[in-house]
Amino acid sequence: MAQHEVRTPIPGVFYRRPAPDQPEYVVVGESVTAGQTIGLVEVMKQYAEIKAGVDGTIVSFHVEGDDIIGPGDVIAIIEV
Amino acid sequence: MKKLLIANRGEIAVRIIRAAKELGIPTVAVCSEADRESLHARMADEVVEIGPASAAKSYLLVEAVLDAARASGADAIHPGYGFLSERASFAQAVVEAGMIWVGPDAASISVMGDKAEAIRAARRAGVPTIPGSDGPVVDVEEALRVAEKAGYPVAVKAAAGGGGKGIRIVESADMMREQLPIAQAEARAAFGNGDVYIERMVLGAKHIEVQVFGDGVNYVHLGERECSVQRRRQKLIEETPAPLLPSDVRDAMCSASVGLAEAVGYRGAGTVEFLYEPQRNEFYFIEMNTRIQVEHPITEAVTGIDLVLEQLLVASGKPMSFTQKDVQSRGHAIEVRLNAENPDMQFMPSPGLLETFTMPSGPFVRTDSGFIAGDTVPPFYDSLLAKIIVWGRNRDEAIARMVRSLRELEVSGVVTTAAFLERVINTPEFRSGEYDTVFLETWQATA
Repeated sequence: MAQHEVRTPIPGVFYRRPAPDQPEYVVVGESVTAGQTIGLVEVMKQYAEIKAGVDGTIVSFHVEGDDIIGPGDVIAIIEV
Repeated sequence: MKKLLIANRGEIAVRIIRAAKELGIPTVAVCSEADRESLHARMADEVVEIGPASAAKSYLLVEAVLDAARASGADAIHPGYGFLSERASFAQAVVEAGMIWVGPDAASISVMGDKAEAIRAARRAGVPTIPGSDGPVVDVEEALRVAEKAGYPVAVKAAAGGGGKGIRIVESADMMREQLPIAQAEARAAFGNGDVYIERMVLGAKHIEVQVFGDGVNYVHLGERECSVQRRRQKLIEETPAPLLPSDVRDAMCSASVGLAEAVGYRGAGTVEFLYEPQRNEFYFIEMNTRIQVEHPITEAVTGIDLVLEQLLVASGKPMSFTQKDVQSRGHAIEVRLNAENPDMQFMPSPGLLETFTMPSGPFVRTDSGFIAGDTVPPFYDSLLAKIIVWGRNRDEAIARMVRSLRELEVSGVVTTAAFLERVINTPEFRSGEYDTVFLETWQATA
């Protein structure tokens, strides 16, 4: 089984929920499709969606909600 | 005023520190963890770190800012723009803590911060507002009566909406009968409040604002600023005087603004925003900003008056240093907002290390920035990298100077909007002055 690293192209603050009062986009163990949003990065008052990039299952998250991330940081691992 | 705390960051904090230094007032900067090494923190006499990078946990925390003021012995707070600047409860808290608030009193902020109340205050002061309903409409009959009087097309807007959301365009009485109940139901579903109000559609409008100033006794205006070049309601280029604005309209707009400032007993710097509809040659009040504005330097360029310095004088209880007849506007000024964004990638923000950052200079060029070369533009705040302001004896001279300045600028490490701004300035619409608030987005869609 191959593992795919989802990385952020941009720096900012990472969120796992679309809004504080809403559920997480995805949880560990959930299957996702390539175009599915798994998180959000806030950069300079704009929001960029982080997509899974591949079809598979979420193995783990390397960053938590509200974490500060830099370009190239691994956000999650997906088993393809 | 013995010591001034600046409750802000970036270029406006730097701008305020400069004015305080000229008045010999010691300054205290507040900063987040991410801004420890920033220019505003380095320039102030003292700096207090008030929290982590997130603005919600630092610059927006009333208690953290007040604690910093108490700890440093500051007796005055300047809020700048954005962040806490238009929060009436913060202005109130500063005063209750026994400090000087550099801005209008909490009551003025509160009236102007409520859209419906602000419009009522404007009407009472005789300032023209967009024709339409006086508050929410109750039923189709009233909606038809109001729309008929205002003239179609009209916008049916959710009272609890905002930022362009919850708006329907209605073009005829038949359409109103059909659309009003839908608009009310939609408003109820989206905002939990079914109230809708009606305004005539103002087409091809220009966004023109008037700088006002008051000290509780005297009220003056410092002319207008044309701010129609906007992308997603963010101003990108501002100029004064407004090209193609008839002088009788300018005079009426300016005196209406002074009237409004006087009616609310306004203290300090404020901006009255209008829509100007060239086809009808009419203007309408939209809102009043109770703070210093990003684009204030173009007014300073043509009047020679330092608005931030005057804010500090008036807040200290002194009268402002000039009267209406001292305001002599001369020449033409243009400002561009240089953002750390990539225009080729839907204006994706581009924070990072400013490897090179050489600002344009030379005659009649002013640059206001919160950064110098070697600084890092953090990803946590807005994307404003610098403001470039030029002055010329006339508009053509100012435009040529701005184009020269944009080409002189050298930036590497972050992507900027410099080349994009130059392209906008070179459009026939900008060159002729015949641009409105939708010009930029229309031009981008067809380019």
